[in-house]
Amino acid sequence: MANKSREKFDNSVIEWIDSRLPLFTMMQKEYGVFPTPKNFNYFWNFGAIAMFMLVTMLLTGIFLAMNYTPHVDMAFDSVERIMRDVEYGWLIRYIHMNGASFFFIAVFIHIFRGLYYGSYKQPRELLWILGVVIFLLMMATAFMGYVLPWGQMSLWGAKVITNLFSAIPIVGDDIVTFLLGGFTVANPTLNRFFALHYLLPFVIFAVVFLHVWALHVTGSNNPLGIDVKSSKDTIPFNPYYTIKDSFGLLLFIAIYAIFIFYAPNYLGHPDNYIPANPMQTPPHIVPEWYFLPFYAILRSITFDFNIYILASLGLFALSISPLYCENIAKKINCLASIVFAIAGGALFVLGYLSQIDAENGGKIISLPFHDFAIIDAKLGGVLAMFGAIAMLFLLPWLDTHPVRSATFRPWFKIAVLILVVDFVFLGVVGGKPAEGIWPMAGLIATGIYYIFFLVICPFLSKYEKAKPLPESIHQAVLDKSGK
Amino acid sequence: MTDTIKSNNSDIPESEQRRDFLYLTTAGMGAVAACSVAWPFVKSMTPAADVLAVSSIEVDLTPIKMGQGITEMWRGQPVFIRRRTAKEIEMARSVDISSLRDKQTDEERVQKAEWLITMGVCTHLGCVPLGQKPTEARGDFGGWFCPCHGSHYDTSGRIRKGPAPKNLPVPEYKFITDTKIKIG
Repeated sequence: MANKSREKFDNSVIEWIDSRLPLFTMMQKEYGVFPTPKNFNYFWNFGAIAMFMLVTMLLTGIFLAMNYTPHVDMAFDSVERIMRDVEYGWLIRYIHMNGASFFFIAVFIHIFRGLYYGSYKQPRELLWILGVVIFLLMMATAFMGYVLPWGQMSLWGAKVITNLFSAIPIVGDDIVTFLLGGFTVANPTLNRFFALHYLLPFVIFAVVFLHVWALHVTGSNNPLGIDVKSSKDTIPFNPYYTIKDSFGLLLFIAIYAIFIFYAPNYLGHPDNYIPANPMQTPPHIVPEWYFLPFYAILRSITFDFNIYILASLGLFALSISPLYCENIAKKINCLASIVFAIAGGALFVLGYLSQIDAENGGKIISLPFHDFAIIDAKLGGVLAMFGAIAMLFLLPWLDTHPVRSATFRPWFKIAVLILVVDFVFLGVVGGKPAEGIWPMAGLIATGIYYIFFLVICPFLSKYEKAKPLPESIHQAVLDKSGK
Repeated sequence: MTDTIKSNNSDIPESEQRRDFLYLTTAGMGAVAACSVAWPFVKSMTPAADVLAVSSIEVDLTPIKMGQGITEMWRGQPVFIRRRTAKEIEMARSVDISSLRDKQTDEERVQKAEWLITMGVCTHLGCVPLGQKPTEARGDFGGWFCPCHGSHYDTSGRIRKGPAPKNLPVPEYKFITDTKIKIG
């Protein structure tokens, strides 16, 4: 079908292949003349940078696997052998190790770009969801990769994370045993993590293909967030964006190289250079930096969900329900919403304080049934953490404001920047020991995270008045250069 | 294909139900086949026979001094054995049971008051709590303190503060002699 409209290539070898399998025609269409909005800023580099990082991780990983031994008695030593004896082994390992961090840096910026410029909105919802799937797969892959060197952090990180699944009621412990292939993190676990760590990047690659495919159906979003209206709004991908992407990529690689050559262990933990010891927990278990915000959310739930806490969540739900449903909005007015929210807040504080020990050993306040945990703290933490990612999946239906770009939404712009600060702060909390004010700080930051998605997004969708949008991308570019 | 069948059997009334039945049976058998192929692969991920092989250990208690604790390895996990002082036993037994998260009396958790034997695995997320060595933090209740997420256990290994939902579990054990136990 594509062959009919195909243009002939001058080179006879290319023409021979293309007439049988139109690969070159496809590349020409999707990456050569592909019409791309002409107003991209440098935030639009990070998709290509993430792709580069994925390929880097795949290549270095394959070469590391040639020298790695997935056995508890040999894994640590085989990594040390890569560092000391294998020719350029140190380089390949440092590229891979820091590559994980830089892959996440690129992806975090890429996700922020999507958030700020509304790239998740109609018609790009599925494109966004595929992106969140990639993010989840990346987290699973990175986690299992970190276990492979079999240092102290590898072992204890694996214990803590696999134990999360034991929070599932009734079948939790059996699931953990199934995942580990034993009763504790041991050789069968290391073996299967290696197999899966090798497999998942190829799964990521396949989902990236779908992500890019979906992108090429809808076309790219742009900093103005308005649709492409005519060919005046676009330029061909090549050479304009191949060059812009290459420039950004080179800068990114330069910073990446500084870490590889001058601070290769800066982003890691020294404890992982101590061989794994199942009898000795390191004094302070911390995941890799890119997991810290989610780790903080996990740890922020230090209390059981007793009837008071659950009732308070019910009241919060009632207070925001008018934002979601017009029929409810007719019955619950603004004042009622505020009353529900305040009552919910008060109940929450009561339910929380009823579980806090005072200095003398008793509870601060005593309420009937306060220790009847419907959802215990552990399951609550796990639900909060996975819920934080579920918010990203739901975002296209939480923020339904017709204007995409935060540039024209003064309130959304502030909210999304607060979310970024909150997320970074959660990262800081996740890196601190769970003592003193940090659990409380984590709880508040977790609350703000959820409020952004569940309250602010639907609220602004309903009430925010956007600034006037430019007529077209072309016009906006002309106006900007004219001043 | 449907057209061919229809024309060949034009004298027989078309029976949608019969055809549906064939489709559903085929799909059903296909699903059974897929599950039976998947099962060996799923099952291969469960603990293997060597992992499952029950192991038990015997521990000689004579070298343990009053107030001292030792850690033994059992089924790949640490077991805490602590010889409690009179004061520690008193601390464990004077607690108001109703104030506990996981309500258990100290008597339910020990066979001999002096010897407390529990798994050395935090019930939160599986870290090994600190407190076996005198130099380590023992938390607010004199037992153990889990450094991962700040769970405090008392001198009976019961959860008193922090995120862990349960007390440190007591493994199956028995005294073979007065100074020797068998775990498992």
